[in-house]
Amino acid sequence: MTETKKLYSKSHEWIAFSNETTAKIGITDYAQNELGDLVFVNLPETGSTVTAGKQFADVESVKAVADVYSPVTGIVKAVNEELLEHPEKINQDPENAWFAEIEQITGREEFMDKAAYDAFIASEK
Amino acid sequence: MVPFAGWLLPVQYETGVIAEHMAVRTKCGLFDVSHMGEILCEGNSSLENLNWLLTNDFTNMYEGRARYSPMCSEEGGVVDDLLVYKMEENRYFIVVNAANKDKDFAWMKAHEKPGTVFTDVSDNFAQLALQGPRAREILSRLTGMQSIPQKYYTCIKTGVVAGIPCIVSKTGYTGEDGYELYTDPSKAAELWEALMDAGKNDGLVPCGLGARDTLRLEAAMPLYGHEMDDTVTPLEAGLDFAVKMEKPDFIGKEALVRKGPPERTRIGLVAYGRGIMRERERVYAGNDEAGWTTSGTYAPYLKKAVAMALVKKSSLQAAEFTVDVRGTRIPAHSVPLPFYKHA
Repeated sequence: MTETKKLYSKSHEWIAFSNETTAKIGITDYAQNELGDLVFVNLPETGSTVTAGKQFADVESVKAVADVYSPVTGIVKAVNEELLEHPEKINQDPENAWFAEIEQITGREEFMDKAAYDAFIASEK
Repeated sequence: MVPFAGWLLPVQYETGVIAEHMAVRTKCGLFDVSHMGEILCEGNSSLENLNWLLTNDFTNMYEGRARYSPMCSEEGGVVDDLLVYKMEENRYFIVVNAANKDKDFAWMKAHEKPGTVFTDVSDNFAQLALQGPRAREILSRLTGMQSIPQKYYTCIKTGVVAGIPCIVSKTGYTGEDGYELYTDPSKAAELWEALMDAGKNDGLVPCGLGARDTLRLEAAMPLYGHEMDDTVTPLEAGLDFAVKMEKPDFIGKEALVRKGPPERTRIGLVAYGRGIMRERERVYAGNDEAGWTTSGTYAPYLKKAVAMALVKKSSLQAAEFTVDVRGTRIPAHSVPLPFYKHA
């Protein structure tokens, strides 16, 4: 599987397409840093439908719960079960700690490339 | 940084809540808790006034001794919980929660007896808390034995640390051994730097509000506004050790007597399902609603999701509790408190 370049959403998820309708999604380094040490993650079930702009997972730090939004509409092909046991991997290596792989993608949020996303988070501060 | 009771406080420093929490359990952490309020109680009737105002008994306290107490309303609810140091005869130093300081001071002034004066001296004191198994070793690099209190809940009122005068108290809010240092605010930054420098090879890290909360929760220490408030009595909150019902009178005693033995109590819960319990979540014993969680988090040292809860005593025989965590019932069992006690 050859991944194309990563894209980023305004709600701080990254998405990496392997083809037109299949992609892995995770949260950005900025997001994990804002959340702090993560100690718990809930992932969607394989085969379930996720909707662009809607919650599909949640993460918890010692202090708080945060929803994670799906940047695309599609079907959950696989989830990264390793994160259930080791949510700290999201903090340690956010760009590789994928939450779910989505297939049959039919809709998507607006995405930014890395440079645009970096400018976006700079403007958020 | 977050606003808290008029102060701007760090939730965490660069290492993060879990690393800060673990440093306090295994090495040492330094907290700036200058937001805490300080009130002096002085005068010939000060002992009598405190014994009436607070639920604990301050008779027979020797100088340099600290004692914890709830302060009750007439209805038996908790106005605040606080720490009283006896500095000398007829002179007591009271440390209160930052968020309650103005309310507490007004309450004390409203119940000031002739021959007693309460003075808000919060602006005269900064407070740093050095907590963890290496606290004593680190402190001893900056001062002599005469400035280090030996017994828990005692203080050296004329301590000198790194050349800076402070009250050095062997107290804390982490469940670990450690010290709380009260000093002049103009000297606080210098004291902070000296302590950080003295502990630099011991793994000493600065700690924020986040770790302060997870540490106190893991040690099952109550926090005002969570385990108790003006709707919860200290007896319900499990603070009977600091409520001296045998005293002739104190504010709230009549209400506590009238209410009789409490019908609800504070318990500890450990989740064994997946999920993290938070505060103000419903607790069920079987299908019956038993109460609610008062504080909950992931306890970093124990690596478990823990919560304290206020539940009906009649629910205590339940084999299993469940907690409604955002729509999902998480199973939990009741455990004796504290969750964590240091060796």
